[in-house]
Amino acid sequence: MSTAASEKTASAAATAPRRARSARAAGWARRGPLMPALVFTIVVTQLPFLATIVYSLRSWNLLRPDSQAWVGLANYAAVFTDAQFLGAALNTILITASCVIVAMLLGIGLALLLDRHFLGRGVVRTLIITPFLILPVATALLWKHIMLEPVFGLLNFVLSPFGVGDFEWVSQAPVVSVLIALVWQWTPFMMLLVLAGLQSQNGDVLEAGQVDGASRWQMFVWITLPHLRRYIELGVLLGSIYVVNTFDTIYILTQGGPGTASANLPFYIYQRTFLGFDIGQSAAMGVVVVIGTIIVATLALRLIFRTFMNVREGNS
Amino acid sequence: MTAQAPTQSASRNEEPTRRSRPPHRATGRKAGAAALTIVTWGIGLLFVSPVLWMVLTAFKQENQAATDPPTLFFQPTLDRFAAVWDANFLPYVGNSVIATLVSTFLVLLLGIPAAYALSIAPVKRTQDALFFFISTKMLPVVAVVVPIYVAASRLSLLDNIWTLVVLYTAMNLPIAVWMLRSFFLEVPEALVEAARVEGAALPRILWSVMMPIMAPGVAATALICMIFAWNEFFFAVNLTASQAATVPVFLTGFITSEGLFVAQLSAAALMASLPIVIVGWIAQRQLVRGLSMGAVK
Repeated sequence: MSTAASEKTASAAATAPRRARSARAAGWARRGPLMPALVFTIVVTQLPFLATIVYSLRSWNLLRPDSQAWVGLANYAAVFTDAQFLGAALNTILITASCVIVAMLLGIGLALLLDRHFLGRGVVRTLIITPFLILPVATALLWKHIMLEPVFGLLNFVLSPFGVGDFEWVSQAPVVSVLIALVWQWTPFMMLLVLAGLQSQNGDVLEAGQVDGASRWQMFVWITLPHLRRYIELGVLLGSIYVVNTFDTIYILTQGGPGTASANLPFYIYQRTFLGFDIGQSAAMGVVVVIGTIIVATLALRLIFRTFMNVREGNS
Repeated sequence: MTAQAPTQSASRNEEPTRRSRPPHRATGRKAGAAALTIVTWGIGLLFVSPVLWMVLTAFKQENQAATDPPTLFFQPTLDRFAAVWDANFLPYVGNSVIATLVSTFLVLLLGIPAAYALSIAPVKRTQDALFFFISTKMLPVVAVVVPIYVAASRLSLLDNIWTLVVLYTAMNLPIAVWMLRSFFLEVPEALVEAARVEGAALPRILWSVMMPIMAPGVAATALICMIFAWNEFFFAVNLTASQAATVPVFLTGFITSEGLFVAQLSAAALMASLPIVIVGWIAQRQLVRGLSMGAVK
């Protein structure tokens, strides 16, 4: 802020037209560096989306090349009466919300355990971040064929004393299976964020609390948790962005099945596009998903922005 | 550098000297602390046990890999790794390396100036631009893949690694701009001001004044971009076939063509994950900085 202010005071001595010109030049100098990234992002993300909107108004099935025609909103009507689409939408919400919440709670727990000094802390932290680094496709394969496999899988072997020795996770509890793999993959992400928050906490405040006789629980709820708020919000925001778009885990673990029981929107639209070749329909679904996402995201971003935008003021 | 005082404290916080406990604490606490340490180790090992099991399985022979109860003691072998290597693994790695490194380089090339502009610009426009960038991340990839597929096929750019490079750049740029901006905000304004007074031009200020302070932040951003680019699957599986397929695609092709060989699959999964796991382990501190977007203060 002060750089802009000083430029203004410097040019205030000059005559009015010169001031306007230099202000405009300064404005461009400031905006110029932004332009390449902005133009690139608009070209690569917004132009295709405009095309999607156009496609969504057409009937177009790749299997019938002569099928192209304008159909108005017919694709949208079909989308909203498609029970499978609604099921996939509900799955998306269910999977995203549960995964982010459970991973965050586990992440907070793990971060609290790791925010102490003990032998091998670095090693344990290294172990725990590993699932986040493993290729998601490998994660899905690992859970499907090594952990959740009914006969030879490790999970059923460990659980066999409890009488669940032959449970077929992927076919009998597909959504839970997807959630297990996703939570495992995203917990380290949340843990790292919360740990960063814990370690940025001012030790003096905690010691003052101890001196005042606050219990550990009181200190956690009234001092630590409010301090962590920004980190938790950031984790929920970024986690949601990535988990909503989950494709690989479902593609490999359940193929959206049985039937479409565990399909989320990305997977269902993919099926309609690349297996059903129904471009018009899947484009309409894409547009609907984007509108839904924008509504939810606007509300969420408002909240997050309030904490992020005053970073500079809060710290200078 | 005189500038390190406020910004570096975050990483220094992780050093063991941070919160020294008062020396007069009772010894009863010590037993509790030891128990908590054991619990933490136990949970850590439990959490990572699927990976450990995958590593173990990768060193087995195929008939030892799928047994009930599981085989724990066996003569380790490298056969499965060799088999994966022989399945033409290298070209896929090459494609992944190009897609990851080039897209990360482009993200930094476009993102650093943009983040710089957004860290000094007036608040209103900044908010709009930042909101725009993050909103493109909200745009589900399925909503853009159809036109991209159609355009790529008309331009004969299907199964071309540079198509993935462009898409991965666009995929990571918004998050990178956000991260880099928060790191720019950590650079003390007085320093930039001083350079300006001495008549340094913008590129010079960026390069010689801000970059040395920003280096850990840039590394953190690059690391996050590399993780997401190496691990990306959706575009790779839909837009590539034989020439430009990346490591995640290799992994799926592997099981369908070979049937279900669990040990081989484990070896392949391990080899495919290893580069990013190692980079991530080495650069943990940068990873934390990147994920918390420099909010660590």
